[in-house]
Amino acid sequence: MGGTTVARETPAGDLRLANLTKRFGVFTAVDEVNLTIPQGSFFALLGASGCGKTTTLRMIAGLEEPTSGQVLLGDRDIARLRPYKRPVNTVFQSYALFPHLDIFENVAFGLRRRGIRDVGEQVERMLALVQLEGYGRRLPAQLSGGQQQRVALARALINHPQVLLLDEPLGALDLKLRRQMQIELKRIQTEVGITFVHVTHDQEEAMTMADTVAVMNAGRIEQLGAPADIYEFPATAFVANFLGQSNLIAAEAAGAAGDDVPVTAHGARYSVPAARARVDRGPVHLGVRPEKLHLVGSADQVPAGHQHVAGVVSDASYVGVSTQYLLRTAWGSELSVFAANSGSAERFAVGAEAVAHWDPRHAFLLPREPGAEDQTTPVLDEPVGVKS
Amino acid sequence: MSALAHVPTGQSTGAKPPPAARRGRYRALPYLLLLPGGGWLLLFFALPLLQLAAASLYDPGGSLATGYAMTWAFGNYPDALAAYWPHFLRSFGYAGLALVLALLMGYPLAYAIAQKAGRWKNLLLVCVVAPMFTSFLVRTLAWKTILSDNGWVVGLLRDVHLLGPDGRLLATPFAVVLGLTYNFLPFLVLPLYASLERLDPRLLEAASDLYASPVRAFRRVTLPLSMPGLVAGTLLFFIPASGDYINAELLGTPNEYMIGNVIDSAFLVRLDYPQGAALSFLLMAAILAVVFGYLRRAGTEDVL
Amino acid sequence: MARFWRWVADRWVMGVALLVLGYLSLPILVVAGLSFNRPSSRLSYDFHEFTLDNWRNPCATSDMCDAVVRSVQIGFIATVVSTVLGTLMAFALVRHRFRGRAGINVLIFLPMATPELVMGTSLLALFVAAGVPQGFWTIVIAHVMFCVSFVVVTVKARLAGMDSRLEEAAMDLYASEWQTFRRITLPLVLPGIVAAALLAFSLSFDDFIITNFNAGTTVTFPMYVWGAAQRGIPPQVNVIGTAMFVIALLLVLGSTLRGRRARRAALPVAAPGAAKRP
Repeated sequence: MGGTTVARETPAGDLRLANLTKRFGVFTAVDEVNLTIPQGSFFALLGASGCGKTTTLRMIAGLEEPTSGQVLLGDRDIARLRPYKRPVNTVFQSYALFPHLDIFENVAFGLRRRGIRDVGEQVERMLALVQLEGYGRRLPAQLSGGQQQRVALARALINHPQVLLLDEPLGALDLKLRRQMQIELKRIQTEVGITFVHVTHDQEEAMTMADTVAVMNAGRIEQLGAPADIYEFPATAFVANFLGQSNLIAAEAAGAAGDDVPVTAHGARYSVPAARARVDRGPVHLGVRPEKLHLVGSADQVPAGHQHVAGVVSDASYVGVSTQYLLRTAWGSELSVFAANSGSAERFAVGAEAVAHWDPRHAFLLPREPGAEDQTTPVLDEPVGVKS
Repeated sequence: MSALAHVPTGQSTGAKPPPAARRGRYRALPYLLLLPGGGWLLLFFALPLLQLAAASLYDPGGSLATGYAMTWAFGNYPDALAAYWPHFLRSFGYAGLALVLALLMGYPLAYAIAQKAGRWKNLLLVCVVAPMFTSFLVRTLAWKTILSDNGWVVGLLRDVHLLGPDGRLLATPFAVVLGLTYNFLPFLVLPLYASLERLDPRLLEAASDLYASPVRAFRRVTLPLSMPGLVAGTLLFFIPASGDYINAELLGTPNEYMIGNVIDSAFLVRLDYPQGAALSFLLMAAILAVVFGYLRRAGTEDVL
Repeated sequence: MARFWRWVADRWVMGVALLVLGYLSLPILVVAGLSFNRPSSRLSYDFHEFTLDNWRNPCATSDMCDAVVRSVQIGFIATVVSTVLGTLMAFALVRHRFRGRAGINVLIFLPMATPELVMGTSLLALFVAAGVPQGFWTIVIAHVMFCVSFVVVTVKARLAGMDSRLEEAAMDLYASEWQTFRRITLPLVLPGIVAAALLAFSLSFDDFIITNFNAGTTVTFPMYVWGAAQRGIPPQVNVIGTAMFVIALLLVLGSTLRGRRARRAALPVAAPGAAKRP
């Protein structure tokens, strides 16, 4: 038996999840997820801990059986195949390298299980791809974290899977190494042309690497698209805050007027292009990214066509590339403003009066729960204490 | 020698849940895996206990030669207790005394190895276990040499008048308690060490930073955090110590005999099975009562 | 003066610990010493005269050596059987969900908590009631019984400490269930199984109380020592005691050293071609 019958010779195809659901008792970890991941793309599943992204990955790998739904590769449903029958390989979180086998045998493991005898050349080629020539006889414990990570990658890639799954592959690395590996992973993906599905809670990592990002929350996909599209025009308040920071001002809209949607917020009137409104009626959030806000000393300095809010600077943090201000508005909320330290901008001291303005084409409208308030103070990247 | 094996007991509590549920065809597998070992335990551990219970109710008038009749003679229990209650008292008294001595010696030892030994930790641990590398009986007999009337220990104690000119250590309750303490001390130290080893020394620094004196820091931080090991170690010490009869036999006299000596002779010398069985059950019941009473007070029933 | 007290406060625990270790080690030193003793009389336990005779003729009392051989045989059989049974149970408990798990855990725990005296007498009661003649095989049965639980606990600890992702990774890399067990699980759990086997052997070899009730006329080494304690201990008993100690100590030190070497090897080493990497 073994893996020789694996369906890896079938023509590759898109990976499709159809109504994929996983329940653990009463808890629904993955809720009717529908996704198409085109052949050869670099796809990221982004979300906080416990959002269902890892469970989704494990169902694709075959390590978890779906409660219902399908995992289609091309037009074949592989959802109920044992993991060793699937043309899918995984780079595990913290790598799961076999501690008793040396690097060579770790990388050769999949080939050997499929009854391939002459593995030497392939293994050497794969070690070269991940720049680990000459490390074959070491044990995993003798390698650094970054090296182990590359062994895990080589061990999966050598099998030429149709889909490579990466479960927080860079989570255990320090920041500098992580950046380096992000670039390297992207290079390798381009080189081998295999579909990569990358699970991460790090929004920057997802945006750096993936062609397409799916933001997951509570077992569902909140938004799917190219990183820039999601960032520039998020679909929900959750996405707006999970991916980067947003100033979300509670407002009311009363339908589009021409190409614009006028809204009222805290007594003032603003407008947003209709193309950038997810809703145009009822309770909405008027959203502007902090770096799209500009600070000036008084209202008459606001450029024509821009909209503005006046307030008092309540905090100024100099962080090198930019200065991050908090502007307390007349109604009490604080807006976050990032001013690039390009040398031309005026600097504001805490307590100074200032006016924040923005180009309406950079704003967006999101649906709002009727009771929801402004969400304008900086939100932590992820809830405290849940870092996987 | 079983103390070695008890160390992992304390540590395996964090067992992960089993991985992904297996499919139907594997459902019978765990039972197949459990069958031989579980069957062995049922047949040669559980069933004998039932047989022992039955034997304790046999007609006390029977004998091994003529055979025993089952007469539901519950009277065997009060009779056995009436005849041998001093031995029960002595068993628990000696075991309790030995436990106190063992705690006084074992806690500093476990603490020193866990927190103060640095790179000597493993060596010292081996020293704790080392006595168990050789035979229990041979080691106990060595105490006969150490405590002998002609030995240097007795000589020294006589010289400093802690012992009278004819005073002796061997064949006294002291020798028996000393032997019990010695033989079961590692059983107390190992689980205690396992607990103390996990104690973060920064907690003590934090306590002293927050104005706790060393004594208070010990009472409020170290002691509560070592409780699981302390409870496990105490039980691992007390259960075998109270059922022991080797120390009383080798280091004492019939005046120091514990309940184990009585049971041994009931089964192997006097061949009075109903009485021996009744005494065995009384011993087990007494130990269980002490253990559960203790666990309730210690408030950590999950140790079991 | 304050400095003196601080010095004392820092070190008194270690001082007490070393004294206690001395107390624990004293009997072993005495056993080793007595193995070179020519006793003045059969019943004397005092050191009389130095001699190498005991080590030269460890089997001068031949029934003692017979007993040692018998103990080794029993220990070997009991170890093999209990290690196999206990390992199977440990796998069931760690790797599978099933009904009745709590009951099985109790069944495994109880023999470790029951006084040996009770287990010994109850087995005796069973063998007598069933008319089974006591001897070599009843001792083996008893030893397997009390060793199994310790094997389960030891192997379980090792298994539970094993990252289950390693097995998932193997399956992900085309290893079937059997191949995963053979290539990944078994090699990784083996140290635990070996430790359990060594433990089982030492438990069996040294057991006196349970054996005493189920031996019939068969004499194991502890039984021999017990009997000889009344008649007079031949000094060769101390030779055996010392030899056991030395063998066990070498085993432990050997495995510790191997572990340390493996750990040293595990330290990151300057890599060949490190300069080539970005």
